[in-house]
Amino acid sequence: MPLALQRSKDTLVRDARNAFTLQRNATGGERYGVPGQGRSGAISVLAVTSLLLAWWTTAELQLVAPLFLPHPFSVLDKFFVVASEDVSGSDLLGHTVASLSRILAAFVLACITGIPIGLAMGVNRLVCGVLDPPIEFYRPIPPLAYLPLIIIWFGIGEGAKVVLIYLAVFAPIAMNARAGVRSVSADRIHAAYSLGASRAQVFWQVILRGALPEILTGMRIGIGFGWTTLVAAEMVAATVGLGHMVLDASNFLVTDVVVMGIVVIGMIAYALDLVMRRVESSLVPWKGKM
Amino acid sequence: MTYRDRTGKALQALEDVCLTVDGRELVVVLGASGCGKTTLLNVIAGFMSPTQGSVYLDGEEIKGPGAERGMVFQTHTLMPWLNVWENVELGLKFQGVSKPGRREVAERNLALVDLEGFSDRPVYELSGGMQQRVGLARALANDPAVLLMDEPLGALDALTRENMQELVLRVWRETGKTIVLITHSVEEAVFMATRLIIMSPRPGRITDTFDLPFCRDYLNCGEARAVKSDRRFIEMRETALNIIRKAQR
Repeated sequence: MPLALQRSKDTLVRDARNAFTLQRNATGGERYGVPGQGRSGAISVLAVTSLLLAWWTTAELQLVAPLFLPHPFSVLDKFFVVASEDVSGSDLLGHTVASLSRILAAFVLACITGIPIGLAMGVNRLVCGVLDPPIEFYRPIPPLAYLPLIIIWFGIGEGAKVVLIYLAVFAPIAMNARAGVRSVSADRIHAAYSLGASRAQVFWQVILRGALPEILTGMRIGIGFGWTTLVAAEMVAATVGLGHMVLDASNFLVTDVVVMGIVVIGMIAYALDLVMRRVESSLVPWKGKM
Repeated sequence: MTYRDRTGKALQALEDVCLTVDGRELVVVLGASGCGKTTLLNVIAGFMSPTQGSVYLDGEEIKGPGAERGMVFQTHTLMPWLNVWENVELGLKFQGVSKPGRREVAERNLALVDLEGFSDRPVYELSGGMQQRVGLARALANDPAVLLMDEPLGALDALTRENMQELVLRVWRETGKTIVLITHSVEEAVFMATRLIIMSPRPGRITDTFDLPFCRDYLNCGEARAVKSDRRFIEMRETALNIIRKAQR
């Protein structure tokens, strides 16, 4: 059959008598490219809406006891209740501020130590050889596993909580800083040397700047890991904090507060990630372009 | 500039390479991949020190990279966090030249590569050919004694590549720089060289040397296609190609 190219979406089809007929073709413009292309925002909105609707229907028809699945409106109601009065030792703002300040303290500490250590590991074989085994060893261990040891060493005060979160944040930050150093191309470093740069200038003005995208990625992953560790950290005799609020509510089987706490923790995690992405795209606009 | 060297541990990349480049020459080193031409350039640049032999620039032995030998690379060596003119002035900044002087030199060298008016653009928004021109201006801004070019046009499309060959020749005439250029394109080598060096692989060594007139022909007449379709040019191109093919067998 001769190849026929046409401007319309219709195609020529040879029928049984060997004559060409025009077939209406509704689905034109298909492409055979990378799978998963295109915007998915509208689909996500639809998916979330149906999920909420399913939740609401289940609760409304009382298919599941409220102890296991509270009504969405009672969760929303608890949000406003906790926002205005103390539950588990503080109101919602107090819990949030307590959790965020722990995360922030651990994050700042992890940045101050993790970035220089990662950079040193990237540029120095000795530092890398010494520090790589301990970091790679503890990195995949779940924080709950070494939580008892942290309590034995640091007690049950604020310090222990910050240390636990710090450990979770430190590894990705240091590892990404190291990967950032390695990602700077040899040609770019050669170019700097042949422009007359000293070793110090190559480090500060080429390697450090070139490693910045990966450092920022490490910071974003790190703050996410830290937030994940929050509940574990607040299991240690906390009197305030979002994790503590959820744990305390679960002890008294107040499921709507548990669900409300989970939603708040999730939304703050999402907001933190969004902020870090903004910082990334404003500090390294060239990322992925060169 | 003289050097004899022998590099590599298990693999001998270069053997008995002896080359003297005079001022204002445009030496093109041509060879199949793996013939050690990049190693040769890295040794001249000072990124590697030869295991045997040495390299001299104006009577002084080369012991490491330095600003008197400007480098132009194949791709991606501009600093994406700096805009066009900041990239061009980078060498002067490294050497502690004050800011007003740097800007002036950067503008002058950008004009040399036909990039006036692009100073404040981010480099990652430029096309591949423009990025290579920024790279050339950056190397020139240091006013080096020698310009070393490691397949500078290798990543460009055919048309841009021809335009860049002509641009490099015009820059060469205007600045009077000594250039050592490496390429694996036979036509490019024959067109651009005042002296063509052909290398053969395993171990890398110089097999043939030709003094060629074609780049000056182009600079006199301004018609690259006329030069490239000239009978003598085509004969020379085939001669060079045959040498490389024989060396590979």
